[in-house]
Amino acid sequence: MSEPRAIRPAEVSAFSKSEMMIVAAARELAGRRVCFVGVGLPNIAVNLARLTCAPTLELVYESGAFGAKPARLPLSIGDPTIVTGATAVVSMFELFSFYLQGGLVDVGFLGAAQIDRFGNINSTVIGDYEHPKTRLPGSGGACEIAINARQVFVIMRQSKRSFVDRIDFRTSPGNLGGAEASARIRREQGWLGRGPSVVVTDLGIYHFDDSGEMRLDSIHPGATLEQVRDTIGWEPHLAEPLSTTPAPTPEELRLIRERLDPEGSYTK
Amino acid sequence: MSKVTSMRDAVAALVHDGDVVAIEGFTHLICFAAGHEIIRQRKRELTLARLTPDLIYDQMVAAGTARKLVFSWLGNPGVGGLHAIRRRVEDADPAPLELEEYSHFGMVGRYTAGASNLPFFPLRSYFETDLPKANPLIRPIRSPFGEETVYAVPPLKPDVTVVHAQRADAEGNTQMWGLLGCQKEAAFAAERVIVVVEDLVDESVIRADPNRTVIPGLIVNAVVVEPFGAHPSYVQGAYDRDNHFYRDWDAIAREAGTTQAWLDEWVYGVSGRAEYMAKLGAERVASLKPSGEAPSGSVDYGVYK
Repeated sequence: MSEPRAIRPAEVSAFSKSEMMIVAAARELAGRRVCFVGVGLPNIAVNLARLTCAPTLELVYESGAFGAKPARLPLSIGDPTIVTGATAVVSMFELFSFYLQGGLVDVGFLGAAQIDRFGNINSTVIGDYEHPKTRLPGSGGACEIAINARQVFVIMRQSKRSFVDRIDFRTSPGNLGGAEASARIRREQGWLGRGPSVVVTDLGIYHFDDSGEMRLDSIHPGATLEQVRDTIGWEPHLAEPLSTTPAPTPEELRLIRERLDPEGSYTK
Repeated sequence: MSKVTSMRDAVAALVHDGDVVAIEGFTHLICFAAGHEIIRQRKRELTLARLTPDLIYDQMVAAGTARKLVFSWLGNPGVGGLHAIRRRVEDADPAPLELEEYSHFGMVGRYTAGASNLPFFPLRSYFETDLPKANPLIRPIRSPFGEETVYAVPPLKPDVTVVHAQRADAEGNTQMWGLLGCQKEAAFAAERVIVVVEDLVDESVIRADPNRTVIPGLIVNAVVVEPFGAHPSYVQGAYDRDNHFYRDWDAIAREAGTTQAWLDEWVYGVSGRAEYMAKLGAERVASLKPSGEAPSGSVDYGVYK
């Protein structure tokens, strides 16, 4: 098992963990055509991708915009800037029926409160459903995005509370109990989605191995395996060899800091 | 026949205690003016339906108007949680709040079934999730044409739906542009419809662009002219979303005391939207103007005699 190369402190201090996470997530969209943009972190990652590695990416917002070209980073996914200059603005019925359930979305990009090793997602409650410790927003469009988008990307910060052995509520299905069961059920029930394909965190990049379980393929510069293990509720599978994520370029950082998130709402 | 009336009269006549009320609009065109009038008239025991309860239902729940929420995404978009609602749900403070929860497509489908007089709406959502366990009204059904199973959700028919829009004529023929959410479906599904507009226009303006008519006057009971009635939500082309207020609400709503103080000052303490606007101040209003114009091109429908 190879440890990632040592990083000089000067390199590490040049960008934040959140910036690294957003940049790594954006790069995963290179070459993709149609992306359904979830609320929160996906929003900034997808907009960075549009300005860098995926200039022809069509942004789909569940609020009804297709081919959005936001001139500022929308705080919410229903912001007026996603309308002006978009390819099409449609009703939510059309968006969910024809664009998503009709199979036109390549990548659904989601955030989550909790995720398990198979990429199943909870964004509904922490604790018991009837008597929750924390009431979270709920599905929104996430459950249907997870089922109908061809692939699912997830972006979220890693912690013992978010990367858990058992999620408290399954809002959006991932690889269910493993790759075999997931493939069978998806086939039998006619889902268009193949399931989760990448999870980007503030520490690294995970893809899914043949068992359907998350595997750490790349660790971000400045992050350590100890930090990864301390913030995950199971023993993570590690790629051999493990890569180091290339640091953000000056241009990626400039776009985040000057254009997309000058107030630092996403990158604090 | 003109249906133009005041917000006070429209709410008094058309919203009753115990009603299922939908003030729709997905981030865009959320009629806060109607929500505030419902609070001022101290309506009670309402079931509030919306995809995204947003600040308007946090305020209406804090004011004690509601016993139940029907929804699909319960948050302050881009900011965080809805604290007044969370107090009711997590701590039953000051009383429990019943929840009936779907996904966005499920809610859209419910209004669609309601508007189309169908017993259910089928969709490919909910497979292998805990949502059908949390809400037994989400049920699997077998296709009558094969072996496939999909999920079904029941129709949602609000007693009253409130729709905010850019413009309507006196009869209620309503045009809107920008994000349409499920305003049309929620209006057609409802028993009674209140349309609230920025501008009252002549019928000829509507007839000049019939493709833009989303709601016909046929299903509208009242037309209220209430400029800025969607603030802090927004109206495409007229004013921006007041994101500062959405952020401020996070702090205001964290404590029951500050929430009630805000309601006292901004809802009970004003007679209506005009006074609310005056209180908001010209500077704040000016700051929400779009930074430029982006008019659509016009199309030629042609004359055929």
